[in-house]
Amino acid sequence: MKRLKKIAEAIAERVLMVSGFITSLVIVLIVLFLFREGAGLFGKPDVEEGYVLAVNRKNPVEKLSPRQIMEIFDGEITDWKQVGGAEEGIVVFRLNDITDYATEEELGPELDSIPQCLSRILSENSGMIAYVPKQYAADGFTGKRLAEGKITPRSFFGGREWYPTAQPSPQFGVVPLIMGTLWVSLGAILIALPFGLAVAIYMAELAGERIRRALKPAVELLAGIPSVVYGFFGLVVVVPLIQRGFGLPVGETGLAGSLILAVMALPTIITVAEDAIRNTPRAMKESSLALGATHWQTIRRVVLPYSVSGITAAAVLGIGRAIGETMAVLMVTGNAAVIPHTLLEPMRTIPATIAAELGEAPSGGAHYEALFLLGCILFVLTLAVSLSVEFISARRPKQTI
Amino acid sequence: MASADKTARRKRRSEKAVFWLLRLMSLAVVGVLFWILGFIVVKGIEVIDWQFLTGMPKEGMTEGGIFPAIVGTLCLVAGSVVIAFPIGVMSGIYISEYAPDNWLVKFIRVMTNNLSGVPSIVFGLFGMALFVNTLGFGDSIIAGSCTLALLVLPVVIRTTEEALRAIDHSYRVGSLALGATKLQTIRKVLLPMAFPNIVTGLILSVGRISGETAPILFTAVAYFLPKLPTSIFDQVMALPYHLYVIATSGTDLEAARPMAYGTALVLILIVLFINLLAGGLRRYFGNKVKTN
Amino acid sequence: METSSISAKDVNFYYGDFQALRNVSLEMERNTVTALIGPSGCGKSTFLRLLNRMNDLIPGARLEGKVTVDGEDIYGKNVQVVELRKKVGMVFQKPNPFPKSIFENVAYGLRVNGVRDRETIRSRVEESLRGAALWEEVKDKLKRSAFELSGGQQQRLCIARALAVQPSILLMDEPASALDPVSTSKVEDLIYELKKNYTIVIVTHNMQQAARVSDRTAFFYLGKLVEYDRTEKIFTHPSEEATQNYVTGRFG
Repeated sequence: MKRLKKIAEAIAERVLMVSGFITSLVIVLIVLFLFREGAGLFGKPDVEEGYVLAVNRKNPVEKLSPRQIMEIFDGEITDWKQVGGAEEGIVVFRLNDITDYATEEELGPELDSIPQCLSRILSENSGMIAYVPKQYAADGFTGKRLAEGKITPRSFFGGREWYPTAQPSPQFGVVPLIMGTLWVSLGAILIALPFGLAVAIYMAELAGERIRRALKPAVELLAGIPSVVYGFFGLVVVVPLIQRGFGLPVGETGLAGSLILAVMALPTIITVAEDAIRNTPRAMKESSLALGATHWQTIRRVVLPYSVSGITAAAVLGIGRAIGETMAVLMVTGNAAVIPHTLLEPMRTIPATIAAELGEAPSGGAHYEALFLLGCILFVLTLAVSLSVEFISARRPKQTI
Repeated sequence: MASADKTARRKRRSEKAVFWLLRLMSLAVVGVLFWILGFIVVKGIEVIDWQFLTGMPKEGMTEGGIFPAIVGTLCLVAGSVVIAFPIGVMSGIYISEYAPDNWLVKFIRVMTNNLSGVPSIVFGLFGMALFVNTLGFGDSIIAGSCTLALLVLPVVIRTTEEALRAIDHSYRVGSLALGATKLQTIRKVLLPMAFPNIVTGLILSVGRISGETAPILFTAVAYFLPKLPTSIFDQVMALPYHLYVIATSGTDLEAARPMAYGTALVLILIVLFINLLAGGLRRYFGNKVKTN
Repeated sequence: METSSISAKDVNFYYGDFQALRNVSLEMERNTVTALIGPSGCGKSTFLRLLNRMNDLIPGARLEGKVTVDGEDIYGKNVQVVELRKKVGMVFQKPNPFPKSIFENVAYGLRVNGVRDRETIRSRVEESLRGAALWEEVKDKLKRSAFELSGGQQQRLCIARALAVQPSILLMDEPASALDPVSTSKVEDLIYELKKNYTIVIVTHNMQQAARVSDRTAFFYLGKLVEYDRTEKIFTHPSEEATQNYVTGRFG
């Protein structure tokens, strides 16, 4: 009987121990899966998979950058000279243009003569660039296939264009998304920090017990409102206000995102900062007052410096929340993937990009993998935030004795 | 003496000004809260009625009700609660009572903090990769619940740990001295004492789960479903996602606005109810402890 | 520097419903050291803290009666608490330097009181550190954090910090209770020195300390002032039996 009890005890302890490591396990799994799904992007061809670009055999151009490809097919580059070739107009050819160049008889009843037709069309049009499935540019194909480029970490992290659905060459440059995320988050923290700090000081130092007890649940409630509701409120109230207030063509701007995020980051900032302020030893405050300092002087010169690490932690946590917030931002920032110059432009953040695009990105494709890489960036960013908070709070001044 | 008087007066005046500023800013924050709540309540109250709560969406979700979304959210919440609470509470017990107080605990705590800082959309990605694709659950209640469970796990762990840590050490020693084993001490002494704090914390985390959208975006929800789920491997509609959809991407946004206000109000009411419940419990348990 | 006399008349003090002081009347002369003794919770600390209105910070605290410094009612309508506290310095139980440099700790009181002139501040800091018998030990590391000092040094730094605003009264709330014997004797020596320039009121649990440093001793018990007399008399021929029992260590 006693033995049995002992065994049960030991088992229970093991079970508890295993569950103790659950969070560590989850983190490891997140890293594993995110990177596994995302890592495949690098080394993928920079043209849609399964397709090739072909030109006339005499065309001296061997290789085009993804950017050049996009601009050619968008009609922004119209002459081979602009991409290092001979002076000749570019003719863009997609597979469904084939009926303009060949009759149905030529293509054959089962469309099995397409490769021959393609060869003929390309040799007849010296300025043509063709974007066709690989299988049509294989056996017996006489045109010149352009060298395949690859998506590299450099083009991903340094790229300034994000057009994941562009054809034939999708653009995966995260710079505009990172910039958008930073603009919106920094804007949010600049708004939230003064207010958050003010409320924290008010609650910790000025408010009576009664007011404090009323404010606390209000802050909790602010933290409890779902982000879609914030987003919805932003969409129907804040966005029109900004549009009218600044006379903009659209109200969906970085500023709208920053304002909403500021409100959402407030509870975190208030709670953490208030705790820090409250932790200032009473004796420290009393000795300041005993030296003839006013209450405000005491707050400014003793309490705030003493709690500076906690307040910094609050700010960093607030930024972390802002960086990771998805739905509210998705609903109000307008989601234009361009590098912003002011807060009054539409911009697009990393989380919003994932949320908006993952649904349409076919699993395993380059776009899908690029979105998982965005997830990795986000994960690393917030990991850095958590670790720096850890570091900051470890440096809290300790009183000797 | 006159100049000292002047300094003193200046000190007092700037103090008064600053304190008023602090009060005004605090008032502004509370004002924003009431603005948001008030706006949603006023606009949503006209929409909510029995038929709205229990009806199916009609006419491209511009009319009818939100019943399937309510059911879906309930399923997701129930699922994640069943998964996250036992594991989280056990984990909290381990960290507070068993783990040796050294780098190991520190490591676990850092990991827990890190996990709680991970954005919900990353949980969504992860849930899609693991539960939907690798484990083959597909977009389903179970995949969504698992993902949401991971999201609240750090909250549950910290709640439990803090509740246990708040108990004075003498209770542990006292129980052990009577010959109780560690497990008995935890079960008979510590958990009952920590119960109020744990329960309030868990209730608040339910609020968090029911409002999350990003984690279920790719793991559980459907844009529109004409029927209710019948198994845990079914897709569902969910309140927060439903609000997102009818607010941003319906066929006729203007016509769907009343539905959106109603849905937002339901979400707010859930959060309000949960916060009130937690507050009420806190007060109830607080009083009980006092009279004991 | 003028020193001050203190007088309390029929003082009752309440924390909410709890009455902490009952009808206390006490006169303290200039340039004396008065020790307040008594068991924990007897009201001696409360009494000390109402001399610079530190109790104002506690919600629900209420005072009846009259307390004067140099004949002026310190709870009067027109009294500026901040000004009062400049005049009545205080040293706390535990050394509690601010998280600032040694120099800034001492300069703090000057800065918050609007002194801007650098030379004045520098010379006042040195003067105060000398006054607290700490100058020789810290003069080469004024920019270092105050937390680097030993406990005894920190407490003398806190005394220097109080001296810098040129108070005429020093209140000390068990200033040596957190210190080792060597540091304690240094602080006690310092108190003896400071008596020349300040009126000092000190709360202590340590009978020998009270006997060593004070001129007069007040014994508090259950919120009442039981006996107040020359220290020598309190410790040798107290008039009250309770005092006798306490100073000989029979309770408390």
